[in-house]
Amino acid sequence: MFDSLTPSEWDAIGLSLRVASVAALASLPFGIAIAYLLARGRFPGRALLDAVIHLPLVMPPVVTGYLLLLAFGRRGPIGGLLEHALGIILAFRWTGAALAAAVMGFPLMVRAMRLSLETIDVRLEQAASTLGANRSWVFLTITLPLALPGILAGLVLSFARALGEFGATITFVGNIPGMTQTIPSAIYTYIQTPGGDFAALRLTAISVAIAFAALLLSEALARRATRRVRGQ
Amino acid sequence: MTLTVDVDKRLGDFALSAKFDSDGAITALFGRSGAGKTTLVNLIAGLIRPDRGIIRVGDTVLVDTARRINLPTHKRAVGYVFQEGRLFPHFSVRGNLTYGQRFGGRPRDEATLGEVVALLDIAPLLDRRPADLSGGEKQRVAIGRALLAKPRLLLMDEPLAALDNARKAEIFPYVERLRDEMRLPIVYVSHAVEEVAGLADTLVLFVDGKVVAAGPVNEVFGRLDLRRYTGHFEASTVLHTRIVEQDEAAGITLLDHPAGRLSVPYRAGAIGTAMRLRVRARDVTIAVGEPGRLSIRNRLAGVIAEIGEIERLTLEVRLEAGGDPLIARITRPAAAALDLKVGQPVVALIKSTAFDRLDEG
Repeated sequence: MFDSLTPSEWDAIGLSLRVASVAALASLPFGIAIAYLLARGRFPGRALLDAVIHLPLVMPPVVTGYLLLLAFGRRGPIGGLLEHALGIILAFRWTGAALAAAVMGFPLMVRAMRLSLETIDVRLEQAASTLGANRSWVFLTITLPLALPGILAGLVLSFARALGEFGATITFVGNIPGMTQTIPSAIYTYIQTPGGDFAALRLTAISVAIAFAALLLSEALARRATRRVRGQ
Repeated sequence: MTLTVDVDKRLGDFALSAKFDSDGAITALFGRSGAGKTTLVNLIAGLIRPDRGIIRVGDTVLVDTARRINLPTHKRAVGYVFQEGRLFPHFSVRGNLTYGQRFGGRPRDEATLGEVVALLDIAPLLDRRPADLSGGEKQRVAIGRALLAKPRLLLMDEPLAALDNARKAEIFPYVERLRDEMRLPIVYVSHAVEEVAGLADTLVLFVDGKVVAAGPVNEVFGRLDLRRYTGHFEASTVLHTRIVEQDEAAGITLLDHPAGRLSVPYRAGAIGTAMRLRVRARDVTIAVGEPGRLSIRNRLAGVIAEIGEIERLTLEVRLEAGGDPLIARITRPAAAALDLKVGQPVVALIKSTAFDRLDEG
């Protein structure tokens, strides 16, 4: 089956994996920070922050994609700044696809991490501080390891969401084969093309296989992390 | 090292107001649950902030609201053994023990690790996980973990409360060893008279968020006006004695006390060893004048210092006997028949089998 894949299909698969990995890993530190803030912080505007984080979950993806285009496009306020200051261009590049995927997956990531942070026994953190550990050490040695199952779950959810991202991606970075054409965009293109049914079906099968493997892997990781945290 | 406390703290409906000094090696915070003991311990550890006041250990100010000083918990070097252990589940026992040295900025110290492991008998547990330990083992590891963070003061919040009696008996000797071998001031929270009487030298009595008495254990437990709080049925005092003669064959140990000589069932110990004995009020009988032939052989001379009413029919009489207080529980008609008065010299009679040995020390 794999011998018969065309180069452009290989491109789509490689790009999808790269976009999803970069999206999940790059948003990880932000995800942890925001989740910690929402789980523990008591500050004005907390509810507002919570709502903003969740917006991509409820807005039509095409709206998110368009907003990204307006903000991060080459003439957008942030996109223009990035291009002039750092030479980074996001619009119609694979990096833009990663940004779109990261934004779409962010609410899921934060949610999983926050739930796990909220279940951590604050009394263990207190115990660590009586042993002389300052706040950073307490976070690194107690909070973070105990939240590991939730952090892994958030990472996998974000990765999975990124693999399936279509609406925001196609709006923000288009559907350029070899550049921004991910698996979903490629399937969409094949379906639109006469005689493309078989290629669409093949990519669909691969898509299912990747998703399945990711879920199994995350399940295994989560189980191991939970065992470790419970000390068994 | 003096512990100075003078703080106020309001938590919802509960208000704590505590003021006392203690020079004791072990200061017991004693009182019913909800009386404010744990709140005070958390204030000393810095887990909560007082609304007003000062806490000082020796020359170190931990918190002083007037001078706007509030050392954060991790800089206080106050060890804390929690009621529920609070071991880190994702570290091994060794990882828990060395946590303070690895992440708390305390110097690495293999020698002390060995010493503490030996003191608490936890060498076989080092590579186990907290989830695999029994309740008593967990508490021993928790004590070791606190010790290895090199505290200037150790807080123990009912460290035995979560354990059944057998486990309590298992831990108790370790706490005694801690007191005698580590030379570390300890603040020990408890609502159990036996624990406090056996361990502490200074007692702080809490009632509804207030400190109603603070002083030497004997003095506070001996005060009849406080008997409502120190417990009706377990009224007891501690006698400080010394072994003068051992007769293992007859199964008798003779003890010297300033108010008289005591013979008790044989207890191991060299001549001259100090021994603390707890005597319950219900085991003390009072005689006026020289008693005749009795089976009770232990007689201590004393003077009535106080007579207090406990129930309608019961009185408690506190004697001063050679520097130790002694409480006798007697009926009102008996007191009337003997015509007992404060200042009157009497003889206290105690059965040999009535003593609880507390410790040597």
